[in-house]
Amino acid sequence: MTWVNAVVQGILLGGLYALFATGLSLMFGVMRIVNLAHGDLSVLAAFLAFALIDALPLNAFATLVLVVPAMAALGWLLQRFVLQRSLGAGQLAPLLVTFGLSVVLQNVLLEVFSPDSRALDIGGLGTAGLRLSGSVSVGWFGVLCLGIAIAVLVGLQLFLARTAFGRAMRATSDDQETVQLMGIDHRRVYATATAIAFATLAVAGVLFGMRTTFDPSIGPARLIFAFEAVIIGGLGSLWGTLAGGVVLGVAQTVGAQISPAYSILAGHLVFLAVLVLRPQGILRPAAAR
Amino acid sequence: MKRRTFLTAAGLAGLAGTGACSSGIKRSESTGSTGTLKLGYVTPQTGALAPFGEADTYVVGAVKEWFAKNPLRVGGQDLTVEVLVKDAQSDSKRAGTVASDLILSDKVDLMLVSSTPDITNPVADQCEANGVPCISTVAPWQPWFLGRGGAVGGKSFTWTYHFFWGLEDVEAVYQDMWAAAGAGKKAGGLFPNDPDGNAWGDPKTGFPPAVATNGYSIVDPGRFAVGTQDYSAQIARFKQGGADILLGVVVPPDFTNFWKQAAQQGYRPRIATIAKALLFPSTIEALGDLGQNLGTEVWWSPTHPFTSSLTGQTAAQLAEAFTASTKKQWTQPIGFVHALFEVAAKAVATAGSTDRQAVANALKSLKLDTVVGSLDWTAGPVPNVAKTPLVGGQWRKGTTYPYDLVVVSNPLKTAVPVAGQVQPL
Repeated sequence: MTWVNAVVQGILLGGLYALFATGLSLMFGVMRIVNLAHGDLSVLAAFLAFALIDALPLNAFATLVLVVPAMAALGWLLQRFVLQRSLGAGQLAPLLVTFGLSVVLQNVLLEVFSPDSRALDIGGLGTAGLRLSGSVSVGWFGVLCLGIAIAVLVGLQLFLARTAFGRAMRATSDDQETVQLMGIDHRRVYATATAIAFATLAVAGVLFGMRTTFDPSIGPARLIFAFEAVIIGGLGSLWGTLAGGVVLGVAQTVGAQISPAYSILAGHLVFLAVLVLRPQGILRPAAAR
Repeated sequence: MKRRTFLTAAGLAGLAGTGACSSGIKRSESTGSTGTLKLGYVTPQTGALAPFGEADTYVVGAVKEWFAKNPLRVGGQDLTVEVLVKDAQSDSKRAGTVASDLILSDKVDLMLVSSTPDITNPVADQCEANGVPCISTVAPWQPWFLGRGGAVGGKSFTWTYHFFWGLEDVEAVYQDMWAAAGAGKKAGGLFPNDPDGNAWGDPKTGFPPAVATNGYSIVDPGRFAVGTQDYSAQIARFKQGGADILLGVVVPPDFTNFWKQAAQQGYRPRIATIAKALLFPSTIEALGDLGQNLGTEVWWSPTHPFTSSLTGQTAAQLAEAFTASTKKQWTQPIGFVHALFEVAAKAVATAGSTDRQAVANALKSLKLDTVVGSLDWTAGPVPNVAKTPLVGGQWRKGTTYPYDLVVVSNPLKTAVPVAGQVQPL
């Protein structure tokens, strides 16, 4: 039964990984930008929520109402006025810009919030759960994270598939120059895509902050999980990202069940195996792009 | 400074230098700064170890202010004390680089360094290689001494001196707490795959053999990677093995993750003694109600019955001054950072000059009552090391702050008063 428990915990953890990876996947899919500040931006979102709880009588979940729009606005501005300028200067320029952003963010957060570990208090929800048997236990918070991840991904998928703007976004991703000929401002599409990516990132960052403690320097350690989820699932595919997150989560928990030393390593091995055997990701047909 | 006093001092320094042949020229050059004492201080102020460096800004500022008003009287003249602080950025390589900058460019007379072997060791190595006296702290003495190639009864160091406790102390304190809590004889070991986790969990030299003598055994699921998000495997094994005690040396995010998942999956030991993660109050606050009665080792607290040899402040007054200035709860590094400057001042005063060789000689046999306890470099477990007393504490809901660290166990140093009994979780 401990193996069943390992798989259950892995799926729940995978939901959070998937949600966290969505923004990275979206930004790469639409703009071909690898956002190295992804982890630090999630920490920024968590600190914003922390500051709000400190200043206002707000519930940790209620902070999302303010943090998500704020991060989306930041994403829009960042893309429109910073990243957009770097896009014309070759593939390396945006990468370097986000790397610089990562360093700046870590130091600003350290200056403003001090190096103390913080967490967003959700009271009993963090430890409440359903005991299915002696060794299998499903935590409500994990279920909630998975539920939010699925809701966000389904919503995003519908948005991309059904709305005119979603179509424009996919078209821009496929061929930016032709889209411009059709009279679509690709910069607007890019800025909106980044805003959406930052919004999902903000949700993930706040949920991470409820799960465990965070401090200004923890971002880069998280980034690797998002990368792996995106690669395992397939770059730019949203369903793939969900599958990638869950596969990564299950690989880690099942690996830990074999020996705790293999937890993170098992995730890395699955990631490498996918890169070698199916570089397009587990959910994408080989022909696509 | 008058030209004549400068020349005399430089000449004296040169004379002193000729005793030890090789670096005589270099030394007379660098001690050209007679009239000032240049202290280099390397500490992690940014990065993962930044919580350790948090007390620095205040303590160094306060010490500088003190020296500005009370110049150090050495060999009949007043020395102006200059403190050059460099950020090690929580990185070993960076620590070594800034140390060599301080030695070669800033020509410091004496190096101070604190916070974990990752920072103290490369800095001490630089000082040993360049012949600059170095005082280090806030790292258990074994990784500092043995980790740098020292051997018990064998190789020791000429330029580098350390004060802190050792693994044997934390083993004794934790076992005292386990017994007092009436826990069983099995401890679950939460050891990550990092230098601390490997040293603590080592089946030959770590906790397992040390606690075996008192009949305890350790359920060790194996080393896990720092940053692991899910601990169901460990929790299952601790439950299966009947681990009544939780023991570990983990970073705050990993412990928070573990402890919440343990509560959710129904693992509740009778007592938990965790190093590293529970040092700072912010981590306990982050745990909410789950933080009550978690245990950890205490190196320094405002209730320690010690007084600064420099400012005459008691431990309580030092902590109060910190809180008054920063509006934050006291943390353990405050006392140790302050003590670094006590030792530095005493060493230079004993040496009678800022000459590097004389300062190193003074450190070798230094005895001093500081705000972290009595230091005696002639009585250490190995040369170069002076031990500080260690006690055990539990975090309890407080009045001024959400949680207070209460001293509950003092088998090694009964002079440190206990403020409560060990309580099971």
